[in-house]
Amino acid sequence: MTLETSQLETPAKEVLRVTDLRTYFPVRSRGIIPRTVGAVKAVDGIDLRLNGAETLGLVGESGSGKTTAARSILMLVRPTAGKIELDGQEITSLSSRALTPIRRKAQMIFQDPYNALNPRHTVGGIISAPFKVQGVVPAGGIKNAVLELMERVGLNPEHYNRYPNEFSGGQRQRIGVARAIALRPKLIVCDEPVSALDVSIQAQILNLLRDLQREFGIAYLFVAHDLAVVRQISHRVAVMYLGKIMETASREVIYSTPLHPYTHSLLSAVPIPDPKRQAHRKTRIVLHGDLPSPIDPPSGCVFRTRCFQAQERCAVEVPPLVELAPGHHVACHFPIAVEDLPARVEVKAVAAGAAIDVTPEVEVVEARQETAPPAPNP
Amino acid sequence: MIEERIAPIRGSLERPFLSVTNLSVSFPTEDGLVQAVDGVSLSLERGKTLAIVGESGSGKSVTAQAIMGLVNRKAAKVSGEIWLDGQELLRLPQDEVQELMGSEIAMIFQDPMSSLHPFYRIGDQIVEAIQAHRQLGPKEARAETIEMLRHVGIPAVERRVDAYPHQLSGGMRQRVMIAMALINSPQLLIADEPTTALDVTVQAQILELISSLQDEFGTTVILITHDLGIVADVADDVAVMYGGRIVELASTTTLYDRPEMPYTLGLLSSVPRMDRKLPERLDPIRGNPPSPIKLPKGCVFQPRCDYWERVPGDACKTDRPELLESEPDHFVRCHLKIEERQQISRDVRQILAGGTQ
Repeated sequence: MTLETSQLETPAKEVLRVTDLRTYFPVRSRGIIPRTVGAVKAVDGIDLRLNGAETLGLVGESGSGKTTAARSILMLVRPTAGKIELDGQEITSLSSRALTPIRRKAQMIFQDPYNALNPRHTVGGIISAPFKVQGVVPAGGIKNAVLELMERVGLNPEHYNRYPNEFSGGQRQRIGVARAIALRPKLIVCDEPVSALDVSIQAQILNLLRDLQREFGIAYLFVAHDLAVVRQISHRVAVMYLGKIMETASREVIYSTPLHPYTHSLLSAVPIPDPKRQAHRKTRIVLHGDLPSPIDPPSGCVFRTRCFQAQERCAVEVPPLVELAPGHHVACHFPIAVEDLPARVEVKAVAAGAAIDVTPEVEVVEARQETAPPAPNP
Repeated sequence: MIEERIAPIRGSLERPFLSVTNLSVSFPTEDGLVQAVDGVSLSLERGKTLAIVGESGSGKSVTAQAIMGLVNRKAAKVSGEIWLDGQELLRLPQDEVQELMGSEIAMIFQDPMSSLHPFYRIGDQIVEAIQAHRQLGPKEARAETIEMLRHVGIPAVERRVDAYPHQLSGGMRQRVMIAMALINSPQLLIADEPTTALDVTVQAQILELISSLQDEFGTTVILITHDLGIVADVADDVAVMYGGRIVELASTTTLYDRPEMPYTLGLLSSVPRMDRKLPERLDPIRGNPPSPIKLPKGCVFQPRCDYWERVPGDACKTDRPELLESEPDHFVRCHLKIEERQQISRDVRQILAGGTQ
């Protein structure tokens, strides 16, 4: 908590500003002369900003475009349109060569620590690579800096000459973290950094990331599908669906008073590791079906085919992302408060191409009852 | 070998539907003997769901594979007994095991993409599963396949039955796997991480599907998972595994109400939870899981345990603790005194609930 109050006193500097970012992948026809017949709109017009020492959680299901958004922001995938300002500098127009010095400011931690490390390089070689690529020689030499980094992330510096295969998943992720912080970046994009790890190890890495943020003032763009993990680490959260941001707000607001039907659906699907509390959940929203294809997204609101609030208007008009309360943006024609949710809703998805007056079949199984959850275990 | 007590979870007198006694599986490798499963005993009544919870390397999947008869007997040393409905499976000849697989016992795997054959239409794969065990003509088998696919919630079945696996989404493929597993009405269904590869909204669908089908067909289910959240939702009993051994075994309510083994407590406190006040930091278990080649001599969890020094005479380092009954139907493998464990459990739960902060 100390961190947040200190931030209020001295407003932190903006590290990242993303404006109307769009990343489309062309779909080509088969045949002798392939032609572009359409586009997968993986990221379709998103705005983000991120201050120093702040974590923005980007959540969504697979296919929501969260990973493409993360990669586009680091220019690992060239965005189709939009503006990315990193530390005050516009980077989308830069050539690959001109980007190299910029990369010092923004690094990435990957999901799979087994594939993100070169198996033929030693740990020392992997962590010293950023210094060599960027031509940075820290005071005291590269090797000393690497040993210090290893110690800082909880690796034994004596393992400098070992290879990645000699380490467990958690230790490998520590190597990935050491490499990412080597050049003291302003921003680290973390793409599902703990989802491949065992639960007892996840907590170790989350704590490490938080400690490093406090020590070095790094901003994190934290991409994940696990809402409980995102809650643990984020200051603000953005919820993505089919390439668009559905809702964004501070952590407290997203988890206690969300307004978008999709956020409600996601939160109600997270299992709670306590049978009593699970049984006393106030709301259960069961979405049937899968995400529609991003090649042919639904007209109007992209979520309308699985939404329990959907009405005709949703098929015609794209809901803009509107600020409904200070810092709380929602893209929905019919936002709904937690108190107004029914106890159980079943939503049968409709096809994306269905006539516009067709809304999903919504079955409110039970009316809402005011049942307080049982008191915490003594 | 020390004889261990079979844990009769529900305390019934008749022989339970499934009972595993002192199951051990080890794999000789170049680096040494990998002790994957080390004296696992458990029992399960018909129609119930047992969850086996553990991290990677805990032996949970190998236990399931041994019950399923999937452990290669040439490559592994398997000992102990597995009784299913009055039949001992480990001493059964290979062809009889083959006959049971897919008819009496069926399995759902974590990754449906690698369990479905990419070259064959999904309908044909299910028809093959029917015809491997039953004398049924192609028309009838296809009709039954379509019926089952509809049952597991695949939309536009008539079209999808002739689709290839890659044409379906992850959730759909998992439904196909479930349909294939249930097509011969198995008595026992083993689900190995059935929802790990899926999104939360789809995970909720699949779990609801498994439990509604279980109610309908009376299937007994073993659910293998690392996710304590989904266990609370669906299981009757939970076995927590660590380093190849069961370290705690109880009904789901008991286990979440008053866990006793320090490893279970550690697991519960390392998971971020949506239903609790946000802790400033998570409280992870320190260190890393043990190597299955060099398991600690005494308690497998001792190197990571915060409480082993409270046991006199370094017993945790030297003596292997037994899985003993702590209260009726609650089994714990730990050297700490019962009162001491229960006190630790109360303290940890109080911190988790945010009561002392």
